[in-house]
Amino acid sequence: MAPSNGLKRVDVIFGAYASTKYLILQKSIRREKQEIIQDIIDSGLRGRGGAGFPTGLKWKFAAAQPGNEKYVICNADEGEPGTFKDREILMKVPQKMISGMAICAYVIGATKAFIYLRGEYQFMVPDLQKELDNFHEQAREMNFDLTIELRMGSGAYVCGEETALIESMEGKRGEPRNKPPFPVVEGFHGKPTVVNNVETFVNANMICRIGVEEFIKLGTQDSRGSKLFSISGDTPKAGVHELELGMKLSDFVAEFGDDDTKAVQVGGAAGFCVPRKKFDTTIIGFEGMPTGGSMMLFNSSRSMYHVLHNYLEFFEEESCGQCTPCRVGCQQLLLGIEAIKKQERPASYLNQLLKLSETMKIASKCGLGQSVANSFSSIVENYVEEMIY
Amino acid sequence: MNQIQPYVRSLADKYGRERECLLPILQEIVATEHVLSQDAMVEVARELNLSAAEVYGTASFYSFLNTEPYGKYVIRVCKSIVAEMKGKKEIVDKLCDILKIKVGETTPNGKFTLLETNDIGWSDQEPSMLINEKPYTYLTPEKIVQIIAEYQANGKSNNHQQIN
Ligand SMILES: Cc1cc2nc3c(=O)[nH]c(=O)nc-3n(C[C@H](O)[C@H](O)[C@H](O)COP(=O)(O)O)c2cc1C
Ligand code: SF4
Repeated sequence: MAPSNGLKRVDVIFGAYASTKYLILQKSIRREKQEIIQDIIDSGLRGRGGAGFPTGLKWKFAAAQPGNEKYVICNADEGEPGTFKDREILMKVPQKMISGMAICAYVIGATKAFIYLRGEYQFMVPDLQKELDNFHEQAREMNFDLTIELRMGSGAYVCGEETALIESMEGKRGEPRNKPPFPVVEGFHGKPTVVNNVETFVNANMICRIGVEEFIKLGTQDSRGSKLFSISGDTPKAGVHELELGMKLSDFVAEFGDDDTKAVQVGGAAGFCVPRKKFDTTIIGFEGMPTGGSMMLFNSSRSMYHVLHNYLEFFEEESCGQCTPCRVGCQQLLLGIEAIKKQERPASYLNQLLKLSETMKIASKCGLGQSVANSFSSIVENYVEEMIY
Repeated sequence: MNQIQPYVRSLADKYGRERECLLPILQEIVATEHVLSQDAMVEVARELNLSAAEVYGTASFYSFLNTEPYGKYVIRVCKSIVAEMKGKKEIVDKLCDILKIKVGETTPNGKFTLLETNDIGWSDQEPSMLINEKPYTYLTPEKIVQIIAEYQANGKSNNHQQIN
């Protein structure tokens, strides 16, 4: 187990710097594209949407693709239960995100970019559009050719999955595609496309501003930079907090718990439940437990059966139904825990359900079905009694 | 319904007739008409040169593109686990009580539809809900009474999340 980094607060994402003149972009488009890509690679930045793919490599692949029709998409679908950090970026520092998108467009050679915003955030559209209008004006003055359009989601969690998002942007049902081909090779309209999370673009912009040296001072070897955490549940400090990655969960709970924390769900419904006895040995970061930033705290008054039931209802509703393991699996897991609770099934039936969730992990087509087992097994295995009685 | 043809045509003029323009068009129809009627879908299909089945199949995927009529104000109460922990049930009970409808129903005067929805992005401020696109957070039964009264009277309430 890597040593804990302690809990360190940072203030760069919402920190003072936000330029309506897009000065970082202005500076960046005078630099060599390869040099910027190398910086992003050297920074160790990994995607902030959850999966944690190295951002510099993604940009490098897209830049290396032939052709001059390429796209940049900012994933602002933020549908993971317990996540709301992108909301704060979009409302408070959209310039930083737009600047990061523009730098990406510059290095991969795209002239068109999109922000895919979840329908639930429709209320932000007037302000975002105003900032985009300003951006377009600034870009014109820099002689920089890029149009950024807003596209809206319509209430489907799975559309946050990058290939489903692309299907949705093409005007279709938001059903995930098989990967490969990955979007960097065949994305929007079959063309090379970079899809990154809102916060990832802000980080890329930050790296161009403060430089790699400064950036890598934050976080740990495997988890460079700071991270926005969406903290909710039984905590007196609910809200968005920027922390360095690589902390021990026990340090986190000491700061954000209510002195009675029983479990923390790390990474939303698609993430893992960590029980109290493991707080001390769990590191939050890519070397331990990666997270898109959702941290839900539960104290000892909460029933973990109830928590799991809520997550399973969520997955059952949001499964796109395209593949059988996920469509049927979600239903069966939900019905299964209900049947055990009502004693219509023996406790041993839990083992069958655990096996089913493992099958879903292997056989489902996209991350939705693949990740149901994360919360399912981590809750069931740690709170067996609560599932039965 | 006679108006639907020129209306849909104007939307197609505005957004374009490519396949990728389908969702923006459907979204605007729902925002103004509060429903995606069969007539509207047939018209959209004609304008975009798609089959009606294709349009329906796409629309039916998205929970915000309702093909059953909704009220003028669609209330969507967040039902995430955190919302439940923070008192979602009292909020929904209060809404049912005032509006005299159950979840999933629309008031007889066509003003309000009450729904529950998955996480709307305000877990730090639960219980929360959307009325059309406006978020309302830190809800209490008292606040609900006030917000609904304001909607009844003025068609809006300034109790929502202030942006900026
Ligand atoms: C079901 C599902 C939902 C997802 N929702 C989001 C989302 O809302 N926002 C996001 O940035 N990534 C989401 N992702 C991850 C994306 O597929 C993709 O990995 C990410 O946008 C890449 O950006 P990043 O590398 O900057 O994190 C989701 C994945 C799955 C499987
Ligand atoms: S895993 Fe679930 S959400 Fe993903 S494609 Fe299959 S059915 Fe759809």
